[in-house]
Amino acid sequence: MTTTPRQVVVTGLGAITPLGGDVATTWEGLLSGRSGVRRITEDWIEQLPVHIAAPLAVEPPLGRVEARTLDRSQQMALVAAREAWADAGSPEVDQERLAACVASGIGGVITLLTQHDVLREKGPRRVSPHLVPMLMPNGPASTVGLAFGAKAGVHAPVSACASGSEAIALALDIIRAGRADVVIAGGTEAAIAALPIAGFAQMQALSRRNDTPETASRPFDKARDGFVLGEGAAILVLEAAEHAAARGARVHGVLAGAGISSDAYHVAAPDPSGAGAARAVRAALRSASLEATDIIHINAHATSTPAGDLAEAVALRDALGDHLDEVVVTSTKSMTGHLLGAAGALEAVASILALRGRVVPATRNLDALDDEIALDVAVVDNRTIGTGAALSNSFGFGGHDVCLAFTS
Amino acid sequence: MSQDILAGLAAILEEVAGVDPADVTAEKTFIDDLDVDSLSMVEVVVAAEEKFSVKIPDDDVKSLKTVGDAVSYIQRAGVAA
Repeated sequence: MTTTPRQVVVTGLGAITPLGGDVATTWEGLLSGRSGVRRITEDWIEQLPVHIAAPLAVEPPLGRVEARTLDRSQQMALVAAREAWADAGSPEVDQERLAACVASGIGGVITLLTQHDVLREKGPRRVSPHLVPMLMPNGPASTVGLAFGAKAGVHAPVSACASGSEAIALALDIIRAGRADVVIAGGTEAAIAALPIAGFAQMQALSRRNDTPETASRPFDKARDGFVLGEGAAILVLEAAEHAAARGARVHGVLAGAGISSDAYHVAAPDPSGAGAARAVRAALRSASLEATDIIHINAHATSTPAGDLAEAVALRDALGDHLDEVVVTSTKSMTGHLLGAAGALEAVASILALRGRVVPATRNLDALDDEIALDVAVVDNRTIGTGAALSNSFGFGGHDVCLAFTS
Repeated sequence: MSQDILAGLAAILEEVAGVDPADVTAEKTFIDDLDVDSLSMVEVVVAAEEKFSVKIPDDDVKSLKTVGDAVSYIQRAGVAA
């Protein structure tokens, strides 16, 4: 016997990104094809082989005292969560039915690095008593949970660049299982610092187009040479449909399903067969009770790495077959860079707004599609779409594959 | 002397926890009246050690309930040093 799962709707959106300090500015940036990638001018960048990144367009608007006990990733999560909560109408919610799922891929690495300097230069007595809450990877979830009084659970699934999507998938499970009625869910990442950039560069994962930053993130392009590290946060307010209806909430879209799988292939390299990713896509369709033919848009993971983009294209063909030719694909990262643990959450926001506005932002910098990639990617002009379902993929180091399914 | 210490503590509390210096008077408790949590209290203590050139061992911190307790402690520790 099967029962229809509780429907989960999206009632609030928030973001702080390389394109803007809120959802409206970020979406306008995506629709106008702006790049958030810049040359980093701080002294520490000089020693590195990579001189570009996608920092926030505006600093988190928090007071000095509020900001000083929060890691940058926590500050960004709080700003995005406040926007999302206000966008949802600042609902009166039973706190014991409110949860938070806010992920970060790396955690408070900037705090860790700064405080390590304090330890070496000034000794242990000067290390901040806020160090541990600021660096722990569940810190942003805790920050958001405390801010809104979430008492049904505070969670931080950590799966590298799939973390933000996995947080949203977990929120779906929590609401479907009846453990909460409202979940504040998303991801955040603040890792633009010398050590993380050096580490990603040593993995040969980053673009080295230092002289032309705005062209560096070029998913699916023949000449792509790696991703661009970005920072930011995106948060969704997810709500049981009956709960949203009872309070007359405005609904942005429906989180129809989610699929999670793992490659068990390599810690960093994607499985070139795309098998794991394809299983995540199929699982998302099943979870959403959708057929492949219902899909009209895919917000691809598409980070601009040579191996990753190709494996994703193979996976999508495997999962959707010939119908893939009817699907409009885009890469948000061509404009925002790669927000790691926040990427899936930001791309969930973009997917929902695309369905809602019936428009898919064009992918930047796709001058010549890779011959081995058979996808209909929106380029140059934004693409009008009809009504239907959208998928958003996220994959992470560790072999994590997550696919979210949305309907309007 | 104790007025200087009080003013110095008020400046630290403003920096660390955003406490209005006008609220910092001898009878106020750090935690209940001034809303300084246990983590920020550690910062206050470390900053006070530096500002007044005294040592405030961790074991002594829990006896410092009010601003007045801290002023007296720092005054005594300063004389002892």
